[in-house]
Amino acid sequence: MFLRSDEMRRVYLDHAAGRPVDGRVLETMLPYFTQKYGNPSMVHTPGNEAREAIETARGRVAKLIGASKKEEIIFTSGATESNNLALKGVALRNRDRGNHIITSSIEHMSVINVCKDLAKQGFEVTYLPVDRYGVVDVAALEKELTEKTVLVSIMYANGEIGTIEPIREISELVHDHGALLHVDAVAAAGQIPIDVEAEHIDLLSLSSNDIYGPRGVGALYIKTGTRIMPIIQGGGQERGLRSGTENLPGIVGMGKAAEIIAAEMETESRRLAKLRDKMIRGILESVPVSFLNGHPTNRLPNNVNVRFSYIEGESLILSLDMEGVACSSGSACTSKTLEPSHVLLATGLKHEEAHGSLLFTLGRQNNEEDVDYVLGLLPGIVRRLRVMSPLTPKELIGDV
Amino acid sequence: MYSDKVLDHFRNPRNMGEIPDADGVGTVGNPVCGDMMTIYIKVKDNRIADIKFKTFGCGAAIATSSMTTELAKGKTIEEAMKITREDVARDLGGLPPVKMHCSNLAADALHAAIKNYLEKGGKK
Repeated sequence: MFLRSDEMRRVYLDHAAGRPVDGRVLETMLPYFTQKYGNPSMVHTPGNEAREAIETARGRVAKLIGASKKEEIIFTSGATESNNLALKGVALRNRDRGNHIITSSIEHMSVINVCKDLAKQGFEVTYLPVDRYGVVDVAALEKELTEKTVLVSIMYANGEIGTIEPIREISELVHDHGALLHVDAVAAAGQIPIDVEAEHIDLLSLSSNDIYGPRGVGALYIKTGTRIMPIIQGGGQERGLRSGTENLPGIVGMGKAAEIIAAEMETESRRLAKLRDKMIRGILESVPVSFLNGHPTNRLPNNVNVRFSYIEGESLILSLDMEGVACSSGSACTSKTLEPSHVLLATGLKHEEAHGSLLFTLGRQNNEEDVDYVLGLLPGIVRRLRVMSPLTPKELIGDV
Repeated sequence: MYSDKVLDHFRNPRNMGEIPDADGVGTVGNPVCGDMMTIYIKVKDNRIADIKFKTFGCGAAIATSSMTTELAKGKTIEEAMKITREDVARDLGGLPPVKMHCSNLAADALHAAIKNYLEKGGKK
């Protein structure tokens, strides 16, 4: 009682939406704002210094995803641009080979909306279905691949429901048919090991903020020899594939973030998976008529996505926020389109089921106390909203 | 995003519950859209003597339900029929534009409850 808001316990569980910048990353970036501000295109000493810093960052990002040649990394303004460049750049450049693109129904909007745009430009787009856990239907992929298929774009893991996709299997099929494979690895990178070479991935999108780097930076891995054209033209930076003076501090930051997360991934992912499992088990045991969304085992270590019947996600978010907990939902009320999450609907959930979903994404600063705090709050919050809801069966809440 | 008034009504909803022997009941919205509410009224001497709501939906849906019951309580049937969605939103200190259409349904539920009362014969 009478706690000032700054004294309230704050538990941030929305790391899929935004992450803090690692302190070590920020430290590394700072000199590049005020002291080392040269333009890497220049031949003078400040220019050389900047260029070297960018090449170091490029090497670190390459290492995170198992790319042996750092030249295969292109820095962009973020994962949305990376996905735009991968899809438009490959589709338009390879039009002479075919006009068919295959993707899945659970991709990020920066893939789905680009595909819709390409469809308007004459491309045929196939959206593969997923099963109830969100796993892409590999048999359907095999059926849909034709000699006209130029590109297949499937995410490494889904950041909303946590499901990890069978990329190796997909990769094999795609290459058997002579198409290219793009993988959106924004949610997976830094959480689970990725090896673009062993997994035969042609293009792979990364976000800096999702690995605790600054916002406004991302990267696209482009395997040597991949036919692609730029979507932003100008001075020819980034091997002509992404013009515009480089975001020097941002790139340096993303590089440092990649280096740190690669070194700490194994330990941190094991720690998070433990918290995740405790949280999932705790919620399903303490809240009646609650369900897990996404895959029960093949799942990102930081992802908890659950749903509660008879209530709506935004009111759950507000209730938790009043107790200092920040999280997210697939409810229509929390989206700009006023439609529930396309990911949850693709897994076969009804609209009213998707409305009642709650997404917690764990991160570095979370600990077991945070999980216990949420587990302590949730049954009461769910019950309060269920008592208010005309949909709740009487026997669930008893006489109130 | 929400005004303090909206958050207050969300946190401490007024007149939440059911009236088992209600004189009129009105339900609007549906769970598919994400908002659904039921309003129960008890009428005495042409006035709304008691009113309760039950709501499935977002913060705005719950707050507008609560505010609507507060506005309607003690009003005559004719006065209550004149309460609009805009009145409810104004008294809550405004609503985000996107919520004006999808979640601000409680006035409609109130009107439906009154119509239901009148259809059953009214005069109480």
